[in-house]
Amino acid sequence: MRLKMPGLCNPGLSSVKLIAQNANYIKLYKHDRGEFMTIKKGKQKKFIQGNEACVEGALYAGCRFYAGYPITPSTEIMEVMAAKLPKMGGVFIQMEDEIASVSAIVGAALGGMKSMTATSGPGFSLMQEGIGYACMAEVPCVIVDVMRSGPSTGYPTGPSQSDVMQAKWGTHGDHPAITLSPSSVQEALHETIRAFNLSETYRTPVLILYDEVIGHMREAVTLPEPGEIEVIERAKPTCPPSEYKPYEVKNGKVAPLAAYGEGYRFHVTALYHAPDGFPSGNTKLIQESNERLVKKVYDNRETIWKNEEFYLDDAEIGVFAYGVCAKSAKFAVKELRSKGIKVGLLRPLTLWPFPDDAVEEMAKQVKTIIVPEMNLGQIVHEVQRASRGRCEVRGIFRVDTDPIHPKQIMNAILGKPVDATVIPAEVMIARDMIDG
Amino acid sequence: MSTQAAIATVPYKEKKPFDYSYYMRKGKFPHIWCPGCGHGIVMKSLLRAIHASGLPQDDIALVSGIGCSSRTPGYLDFNTLHTLHGRAIAYATGIKLAKPKLKIIVITGDGDALAIGGNHFIHACRRNMDMAILVYNNYIYGMTSGQSSPTTPQGMIATTARYGSIEPTFDTCNLAQAAGATFVARGTAYHCQELEKTLYDAIMHKGTAVVDILDSCPTYYGRFNKMKSASEMMEKVEKEGTVSVAQAAKMTPEQLQGKLLRGVLHKVERPEYCEEYEKLMAKAQGK
Repeated sequence: MRLKMPGLCNPGLSSVKLIAQNANYIKLYKHDRGEFMTIKKGKQKKFIQGNEACVEGALYAGCRFYAGYPITPSTEIMEVMAAKLPKMGGVFIQMEDEIASVSAIVGAALGGMKSMTATSGPGFSLMQEGIGYACMAEVPCVIVDVMRSGPSTGYPTGPSQSDVMQAKWGTHGDHPAITLSPSSVQEALHETIRAFNLSETYRTPVLILYDEVIGHMREAVTLPEPGEIEVIERAKPTCPPSEYKPYEVKNGKVAPLAAYGEGYRFHVTALYHAPDGFPSGNTKLIQESNERLVKKVYDNRETIWKNEEFYLDDAEIGVFAYGVCAKSAKFAVKELRSKGIKVGLLRPLTLWPFPDDAVEEMAKQVKTIIVPEMNLGQIVHEVQRASRGRCEVRGIFRVDTDPIHPKQIMNAILGKPVDATVIPAEVMIARDMIDG
Repeated sequence: MSTQAAIATVPYKEKKPFDYSYYMRKGKFPHIWCPGCGHGIVMKSLLRAIHASGLPQDDIALVSGIGCSSRTPGYLDFNTLHTLHGRAIAYATGIKLAKPKLKIIVITGDGDALAIGGNHFIHACRRNMDMAILVYNNYIYGMTSGQSSPTTPQGMIATTARYGSIEPTFDTCNLAQAAGATFVARGTAYHCQELEKTLYDAIMHKGTAVVDILDSCPTYYGRFNKMKSASEMMEKVEKEGTVSVAQAAKMTPEQLQGKLLRGVLHKVERPEYCEEYEKLMAKAQGK
């Protein structure tokens, strides 16, 4: 999915001019796009953290079950859920650890609820076995990882993007992986809704990965009104219970998932299983089942992909950035465009499945792709693979728990040396400059 | 209501003798258990207890972890979930909160519940959520072919305790009671009729009920520890090694030395988690 996304990116990074407004509408001109946009007034706006926006998105999507364990910097998700869910007739429970949390949300999903948990690095490591279970048993649920500095305990309050490969390969075995990567507070809300929708559509766990900056940063967010954004509800079986096979594939789609206690007495196991859900050691079935699991996501990658393209049309140098790095990258691109340098940004909102086609397209066009990451080089290897040697790929890696500075990206674009951690005083950019 | 009286009141296509197949997924047999394993006996006692409870099959969820005992749900016609090693109780917690009307029966083993799942086990006891946790305790990891478990008695042989286990053991019942379980009982596969009654009481209990079920693994535990046959094992461990609570009342401390008690060891009333959550929701909603 190729996307024009007015209003979804950080307003702070958009050059927007107020043209007119009345009681119902605001008309704006966006310089960076050269287009007018109209915003309907009267919508509920909130000035909230990324973690709070994530909760708003989850509740909008119909999540009514949260099980979790406290961990910085994701804890606000849990705290807000603890306050809101009981009021809405939903269930909140604090479990004894992250393994129990991910297990409980799968149990609740099998009880028919939309469920979610959230964690950070160490907890994400503990959740891997449960994520694998949900992949294998094909149980929809959403897991949020607010990335912090690692490895191990690392620096808990410092942001990072070092779990992006773990999101793909963290649990053992070949498995499907859908991972979304919002890069603003508004997007944390929207992408959480999309995560639930994808999870229900493909009967698979969906991960949301964002860094501590997005989690704790406050931005003005527009809350969607009921019905404004599509919410996909879980398909329920319509056949008689005696004929229900929870893993039967029809027209390439796995059967709807029944809920326990509603008359369908089905069996779920993470052993390889036949369409009826019962264990099987049939080698042909094992091969086919594993292929199907992976393919159900891979074959639908074009509908799962979501990228923002920014000044890419005539770009000679490309930046590939996600999460908070994309904010810096967007600023760098805008700054250099104003100086006439042909640079563009490809920003994936879906990290997994990896946006191979978009990267390859960009690689055909540009001389260099620059990949800023708050790790020591993870997604850059995917960019290298997807660009198929058509252009140079260079990374900017930073793990000192400060976000990558726009100036670092600008230097990389201009072919100047990029010091990963030390930013000389003269390149420090005043805050009002970013706001402009 | 006694078990027998309860059975008499439940209308269903009862045949005599007891028609176990009514609750079984007949196409899923033969089971994986070895000849002489006690799990089949426990399964039959469980089915009789479930029948006595009068609960419809749709209203019961059997949740298990990993191991020999944890294969039980696959053979039985209820809402069934075979989860990860040690995690059955955590999955069951999610199911129960999503569907509070379901009666949750967790089927787990000594390694599953007390080693890898020990944390979930004690916290479930503390929460007192309505679920019956049945620990099939055969003193060994059977499925992985005979490693020592938290209940392997000191001095006994396992593939990972070749010179005799030096580790002190968990007493499942003491652990459960200390952690806050409101119903704690012990039964054995040998005393299968008594077990049926105990399981019935556990299922009917409102809150977390833990039943330590002494069971035998002749293939590994018995073979390594010079108990030649399955029946010899049952006699030695389950019959001679235990006394009922009633018998124990008449025995001296010397006579009770080395014996485990059978029957209901602890039963108290304490607020049940899901009911407390209902109250919490009402409070949050200002009702």
